[in-house]
Amino acid sequence: MKTNQSIMYSSRHHNTSEVTAKYIFLISGIVAIFAVCSITFYMFLKGAPALPVVGPLDLLFGTVWQPTAQVPSYGILYVILTSMIGTGFAILLGVPIGLLTAVFLTEISAKHLTMIIQPAVELLAAIPSVIYGLLGMMVLNPAIYKLEKLIFVGKAGHQFTGGANLLSAIIVLAIMILPTVINMSVSALKAVPQSYRNASYAMGATKIQTIFKVTIPAAKSGIMTGIVLGIGRALGEAMAINMVAGGSVNFPLPFNSVRFLTTQLVSEMSYAEGTHRQVLFTVGLVLFIFIMIINLILMAISKRGEDDER
Amino acid sequence: MKDSICVKRKRVSDYVMYGLIYACAASSVLLLVGIILYVLVKGAGQINISFLTNVTSVLRGTVGIAGNIVNTLYIIIITMLIATPIGIGAAVYLNEYAKPGKLVSLIEFATETLAGIPSIIFGLFGMMFFAQTLGLGYSLLTGSFTLTLMVLPLITRNTQEALKTVPDSYRSGAVGLGAGKWYTIRTILLPSAMPGIITGVILAIGKIVGESAALLFTAGSAYTLPKGISDIFTKTLSSGGTLTIQLYLSAQKGEFGIAFGIAVVLLVIVLLINAATKLLTKKFDVNREK
Repeated sequence: MKTNQSIMYSSRHHNTSEVTAKYIFLISGIVAIFAVCSITFYMFLKGAPALPVVGPLDLLFGTVWQPTAQVPSYGILYVILTSMIGTGFAILLGVPIGLLTAVFLTEISAKHLTMIIQPAVELLAAIPSVIYGLLGMMVLNPAIYKLEKLIFVGKAGHQFTGGANLLSAIIVLAIMILPTVINMSVSALKAVPQSYRNASYAMGATKIQTIFKVTIPAAKSGIMTGIVLGIGRALGEAMAINMVAGGSVNFPLPFNSVRFLTTQLVSEMSYAEGTHRQVLFTVGLVLFIFIMIINLILMAISKRGEDDER
Repeated sequence: MKDSICVKRKRVSDYVMYGLIYACAASSVLLLVGIILYVLVKGAGQINISFLTNVTSVLRGTVGIAGNIVNTLYIIIITMLIATPIGIGAAVYLNEYAKPGKLVSLIEFATETLAGIPSIIFGLFGMMFFAQTLGLGYSLLTGSFTLTLMVLPLITRNTQEALKTVPDSYRSGAVGLGAGKWYTIRTILLPSAMPGIITGVILAIGKIVGESAALLFTAGSAYTLPKGISDIFTKTLSSGGTLTIQLYLSAQKGEFGIAFGIAVVLLVIVLLINAATKLLTKKFDVNREK
């Protein structure tokens, strides 16, 4: 090593690797932006062409789905409605159960019990959706079929579904959003300062009154985030409900075999051709737009939550 | 008024609510226990060496999932090889380099959006872009590229959280000793954040193992093993179904024995991954408290 080497030399040598590193990190960061832009671009590029071909009104508000008929008809209104109604009822069923479980975990349960139950809930989130679908097929569908036979026996005009119907799908979806709702609610409830509860007790309120009149309202923003996340999850779930919801496009009544936006894609994409395929891309685009709206709502809620804290 | 303040008033509605709360908590737990027990009871009998090491073949009369296990490993390895450096890089950029501004909020917005997109949309995009536009077809590579986009937010977020917990004194200490930023990141920050990064990687692997909708139209459903040493790399360009895809296809065909056998394998993997992350987070927290 030369003795007259200046410290400036080594710093210049360092600079190249420093600058290279900086740009590599910058590029890694931009990958996410690039991915979102190309996904959006492709969804529109492939999803839009079917609209003028079929006619936007006939496509979005048509009620007859016969893509392989002699005179094909591509109405996806029932599919859109099924996704909305299915998600809505899954939320109505799953959120109260999830919220009350979260209340139990944070407000009532002894600490060692929480230590057992909370990991169990996390595990529920990690179970692959095909397993939910498999269990739905084996356990839920037969049970719902019994109920169906009980209700519709002797009634003409009902197409028996063997239990593979909207009701089964709603139950599976409700179970699948439980972990999301529970986890978000638990962290929201935990973040409520103890002084709120103490103040409520000092006013003579019972524990239950405190929970429902003070703690839950104070944790509102976090709980809402959990609910909206749950909506996103239910709307985007494909495989599990494809296995339990039956396979024909019908108006979303509890005991009708139905198609969701997602299951429409799963079950027909493999063989669809021509206009049929293009329409399926439009179904994907509709789903994508729904999800983007949910995402924006989610960000607005979490931003408002941050502003409230300030 | 005859109510004394010393007599505690009993509210019926309180008891009803308590009952509901207990019932909900109990049903959430029973659900998990029920799911695990049912799968184990139905599927455990299916598991044996032959099931795990053979490929289903009518010719030889064997039933097995070895091909699907290998495909799953392929997808895990390729996906993680691409996603881990990019995810960590993005987190380092956000946490160490970027100044708050338009670009940072745009990257964070994009990461959050990616995390919110359902897997079926990723599958659709993968099919349109990687399989058709880039001409990769139904292949393990297409599947891996698609899943890379999907697990990216998971790794970025976990790394970011881990980097945030590294005390600023570490950074100023390194700068004070004359270390450059890259040198500090390489030798101080990333090693300190390692448990968090590994947690993110394990969670991502868990997500890949459980994924199905994004792979159905990207990686396809073949279940054969590589045809010898020379096929190890070319295999990535051919179709390959993971365990979840095979479970789905078997269930659709009514082969519930195979489906439950795979379900048991998946459950065991999920349980192991869960335990590993628990262990890591626990260790991580203990180290921090010291």
